[in-house]
Amino acid sequence: MTSEELLQIAEEVNAERQASDFEVNVCVALGCLSQHSDKLKDALTAEAAVASSRTGKRCHVRGTGCMGLCAAGPLVRVESPAMADTQTLYAGVHESDVKEVIASLGGKPVERLEAHLEQYFCGQNQIVLENSGYIDPEKIDEYIERGGYQALIKALTEMTPQAVIEQISKSGLRGRGGGGYPTGLKWSTVSKAVGAQKYVICNGDEGDPGAFMDRSVLESDPQRVIEGMAIAAYAVGASKGYIYVRAEYPLAVARMTSSLQHARRRGLLGNNICGTTFAFDIEIRLGAGAFVCGEETALIASIEGLRGQPRPRPPYPAVSGLWDSPTLINNVETFANVPPIVRKGAEWYASIGTEKSKGTKVFALTGKITNTGLVEIPMGMPLREIIFGIGGGVPNGRKFKAVQTGGPSGGCIPEEHLDLPISYEALIELGSMMGSGGMIVMDDTSCMVNVARFFMEFCMTESCGKCIPCRAGTAQMFQLLTKICDGKASHADLDLLKDLCDVVKNTSLCGLGMTAPNPVLSTLRYFEHEYMEHIDHQHCRAGVCACGTKPIADLTAAEVTA
Amino acid sequence: MSAPVDVKTLVIDGVNVSGRAGQTVLEVARENNISIPTLCHLDGLSEVGACRMCLVEVKNSPKLFPSCVLKVEEGMEVTTASDRLKHYRQTILELFFAERNHICSVCVANGHCELQSAARSQGLTHVRLPYRNPLLDVDASHERFVLDHNRCILCTRCVRVCAEIEGAHVWDIMSRGIDSMLIADLHQPWGESSCTRCGKCVQVCPTGALSDKSKLGSDHPKYPEFLPYLNMMREGQ
Repeated sequence: MTSEELLQIAEEVNAERQASDFEVNVCVALGCLSQHSDKLKDALTAEAAVASSRTGKRCHVRGTGCMGLCAAGPLVRVESPAMADTQTLYAGVHESDVKEVIASLGGKPVERLEAHLEQYFCGQNQIVLENSGYIDPEKIDEYIERGGYQALIKALTEMTPQAVIEQISKSGLRGRGGGGYPTGLKWSTVSKAVGAQKYVICNGDEGDPGAFMDRSVLESDPQRVIEGMAIAAYAVGASKGYIYVRAEYPLAVARMTSSLQHARRRGLLGNNICGTTFAFDIEIRLGAGAFVCGEETALIASIEGLRGQPRPRPPYPAVSGLWDSPTLINNVETFANVPPIVRKGAEWYASIGTEKSKGTKVFALTGKITNTGLVEIPMGMPLREIIFGIGGGVPNGRKFKAVQTGGPSGGCIPEEHLDLPISYEALIELGSMMGSGGMIVMDDTSCMVNVARFFMEFCMTESCGKCIPCRAGTAQMFQLLTKICDGKASHADLDLLKDLCDVVKNTSLCGLGMTAPNPVLSTLRYFEHEYMEHIDHQHCRAGVCACGTKPIADLTAAEVTA
Repeated sequence: MSAPVDVKTLVIDGVNVSGRAGQTVLEVARENNISIPTLCHLDGLSEVGACRMCLVEVKNSPKLFPSCVLKVEEGMEVTTASDRLKHYRQTILELFFAERNHICSVCVANGHCELQSAARSQGLTHVRLPYRNPLLDVDASHERFVLDHNRCILCTRCVRVCAEIEGAHVWDIMSRGIDSMLIADLHQPWGESSCTRCGKCVQVCPTGALSDKSKLGSDHPKYPEFLPYLNMMREGQ
């Protein structure tokens, strides 16, 4: 495969597209699929065939990846290749609407189904998701048509591994799995590490409650991740890669499996890639549903076939990882950022975002929010703009209370801090963290003590049980939080809870335990009055806890308005 | 001429000490009579860094490090005892005591228990946390030994000695988190398992979780010191 051959494929695909008068794109990613968009696609295909035999106009129905707005599914986007800028997005399309949609092609759009989401799409800056919803994820040629694999060929034929690492370093890309470790620095460490065999691992064990960014990328644009991994392998000198995906993502696994085969068939994986001496291949490994396997050392143990438990670091995987060899582990989204950086240059990427957090970040916007779905925004955008602008705010006239970021390792951010531009540092400053990108919006029907209890229960059941602070500490903290929620706790219990938070945070073996107290600490920081109401007055203002919501005569005015 | 030895000099608790490259802080500290409490560590077994008792402070790092796996480095400044560490160690011990059922007066290991002596050496006077007292089984199916899950602290010494020294790998851990449980083979009764009856696991168990049926009450000293010698002799072969 050479860049000329790539261009030829792109031209062929493009010519085929231009040959059809209309394109009907149906989202067949998991969100819309759960609303039977596969049947919808079949119905559209059948109807389009009938219509074209009548009108002579050619209509191509394509199953695509995620279009972002998962709650409004099934989504259908109609466009005409001749007029690239006119497209109509339909939301909530069902089989009964098929005739109407096909009949409207070339004429007036079906007003009833049209989604008016200018607000949702403007403000986003799609780099990772640039192809999501535009290509058939199971067709490698459609990825190539949109510039795919140019970056790999560029890296292999024009750049030294050192130059690739330099580009990644200069771009300012940081780990998108949550920690925010500079990607270029990690690559450079692995490339310098001594070892005959090196590995590249893609961490797709996304397990945070309410997060589905990686799943969407794997389902909607799998080739992008493969290309990113191949570039990384070239840069660090690895010849073998693993994609670790949770088995709960069957569609992502199926698409990735077929995508790997397509890439091999095109000569983009295997030996002598693009006519060079570079050899690289990828295997899929399935996670068996343990959250802790998202931790890199536990993930490595799991790939090795051992019990998925973390081990103390150092040594870091960059020095001694998979089978004691130097190993590069990055998250799905990190790898997905790599091809555009190599293709368009580090300066372009570094021009987006804030001083220390460059580029864009994909968030899974969920909870009490109008536009549930995936958004990709440039770093530095204030949380308020994401939630009230792109997200459309809190529905049903309820009042916004807090937004939870970073999953069980993160924290809750109240309204008064929503104007802060989003970045790794800013979120940590607020007692939360970037995490992998879950963003759960909560309104006044959520009790913050109960939220903390929920996340503590999650950490308790997902603790691997290896180290005592995490194993027994989370269980003790969960018990104390339950006591508070039940209105049976004392101030001494709260002090004990705070003390345990400190101990578990500082003595746990891995990131799971170290960050398990964060939801408690951040809700204590911003919503301590809610804890006090439960303890002093057996009062849950949201009315969700077992202690009840009986009105409290002796609440001071200040406490009530707090 | 023998290979040059890479010596690292470091400071532990204000004392200038030296160690070979590759040695752990725990090893060097103990060579210099600086005591660091441990539970999951045992000379002769691989390290897992799980009990967190041996955490130490290293200058210029906000993080604490388990000294059993922390390798010595040139110029390192380590603190093994501070009010903060003492508080953490005490709380960790409280978590151990409250996790299952550790009532010393009725335990077979009373007086020979490492959890008990750690609590004494760390000055633990009471447990603030509620005892969880889960309902756990006692496996007395083995003809010579007993497994009492209620006394188990999941240090995995038995797992390691069986896999690494005896080579049988009878023991392992099942489930996760607070539900973690020691199992023989694929969760068989110990007496029906592939156990070789060597008794190493009983000797290395720090508490009364694994004990010898022939011992009475608290008359159950354990002798785990055979391990380093055994390793040395094997390596010499």
